[in-house]
Amino acid sequence: MLIKKPSDIPYSEVTPNSAYMNRRKFLAGVAVATGAVTLAARSVSDWFESARVFADEAKLGPLAKSPFSTDEPPTPAKDVESYNNYYEFGTGKNDPSRNATKFVTSPWSVSVEGEVNKPRNFDIEQLRKLAPLEERIYRHRCVEAWSIVVPWIGYPFSVLAKLVDPKPSAKFVAFQSYYDIKQMPLGPRAGIALPYVEGLRIDEAMNPLALLTFGMYGETLPNQDGAPVRMVLPWKYGFKSIKSIVKVRFTQNMPPTTWNLANAHEYGFYSNVNPQVDHPRWSQATERRLDGSFFGKRIKTLMFNGYGDQVASMYNGMDLRKYY
Amino acid sequence: MKDLSRHINIRWLKPPIFLVCLAPLAHLVWMGFHDELGANPVEYITHSTGTWTLVGLCATLSITPLRRILKQNWLIRLRRMFGLFAFFYVSLHFATWVWLYSGFDVHAMIADVYKRPFITEGFTAFVLLIPLAATSTSGMIRRLGGRRWQMLHNLIYISAIAGVTHYYWLVKSDETVPLRFAAVVAVLLGYRAIRHALQRKQQAAAAKRSRESVYSA
Repeated sequence: MLIKKPSDIPYSEVTPNSAYMNRRKFLAGVAVATGAVTLAARSVSDWFESARVFADEAKLGPLAKSPFSTDEPPTPAKDVESYNNYYEFGTGKNDPSRNATKFVTSPWSVSVEGEVNKPRNFDIEQLRKLAPLEERIYRHRCVEAWSIVVPWIGYPFSVLAKLVDPKPSAKFVAFQSYYDIKQMPLGPRAGIALPYVEGLRIDEAMNPLALLTFGMYGETLPNQDGAPVRMVLPWKYGFKSIKSIVKVRFTQNMPPTTWNLANAHEYGFYSNVNPQVDHPRWSQATERRLDGSFFGKRIKTLMFNGYGDQVASMYNGMDLRKYY
Repeated sequence: MKDLSRHINIRWLKPPIFLVCLAPLAHLVWMGFHDELGANPVEYITHSTGTWTLVGLCATLSITPLRRILKQNWLIRLRRMFGLFAFFYVSLHFATWVWLYSGFDVHAMIADVYKRPFITEGFTAFVLLIPLAATSTSGMIRRLGGRRWQMLHNLIYISAIAGVTHYYWLVKSDETVPLRFAAVVAVLLGYRAIRHALQRKQQAAAAKRSRESVYSA
């Protein structure tokens, strides 16, 4: 397959995207560009396969399956794409899908800095190619007591972290979202300080579940779901999974986080899914699973959203009522 | 402005207003059938019925100030309909909470009312409106007597304040809409408070005058 060894041929250099729209032109173009030797090495069907994969700019692949995936049925994509909390684009659930359509996510770069030996600025295309992309079907639990099941696409954040080589002094990782009033005119009315910032303890960030995410449902992320790159932390409430990342900073001290700044009494730094610790204003014991049925079904919320086997050991000995 | 009471046939006016008041519900049903309630219809229905309850309460509370300021006495004959529509939407809101949100889980609901201030407020606002709806008929007004009926129906002031507080405490960060409702309710209740204070002052002055006139006689 074409992008199994991403370092061989940079994605951007393979072929202009428009050439893929027509298979005959595509084949001719490839033949000219890469020569008959390359073509001979592959069966024609392989090339058609590749052409299919890249026919749509939004499509991502090939995707490795993950043992971390749940077998629960994914929420319909249209629901995940139209029911969003992305306050930079409005506080109503369907505001982001309407207001983020023109959000510019290319060019895009992510600065990785702080307590690391090799700070680097990544172009989004570079970043996406750092590791093979996996599909991970995760449960996603919002602090507002609804949940969805989403097939995310990405690779473990630890891949990126290892590349920049954190110093021993790096105890936390801080993240920052893109923010520009010109593109996000509703930002000042969000009621939270922007740009959005989030943070993790370094061991949380290195946990294999922590996914640096570029896509969902087989395609690149829609703007309203955090394009072009976001975190997904399935054992934490959704707001920890920061969207549209522009900066990753390794730090010595616990970084500030947006919702904690807005209301420390209600939103802690950790914000692990915990059915035993209620939000001050509502119960966290149950959640409404948005599964495409008319009203969704109400189900019991699981400790660490059901990911205790992978993450519980990180919090041994901690009073999770105090560190909510 | 001249009182148009004599020119307005309230019987003709009521049916179109009735239909307008039903429109939000009709819209919800229509959206339901066309799969337009979004990914979380329970939340949408809850918010919609709650919002229209507050609109109904504000409409009810605005009748008296409008009637006095515009000197249109016929408006009073629309007040009951608005009040009952507010009660209709709060009942739908409450039913959504009991059935769709809580799934008839009585323990969870009692815990919610007891533990969560915003639900306590909402529940209070709803419960206070029940006796008002129950005594909204002309027969009940006669049986209670105008003065006692009016005293009872002053509960709507508390209900409106509780309803707005309920909304304000519910939102996570963007308080724009709850604050707009709070502002409307504040104006409508503020009008009454000021008028009440002015009346008392006038009454006191009148009483003083009459006392003085007794002495001077």
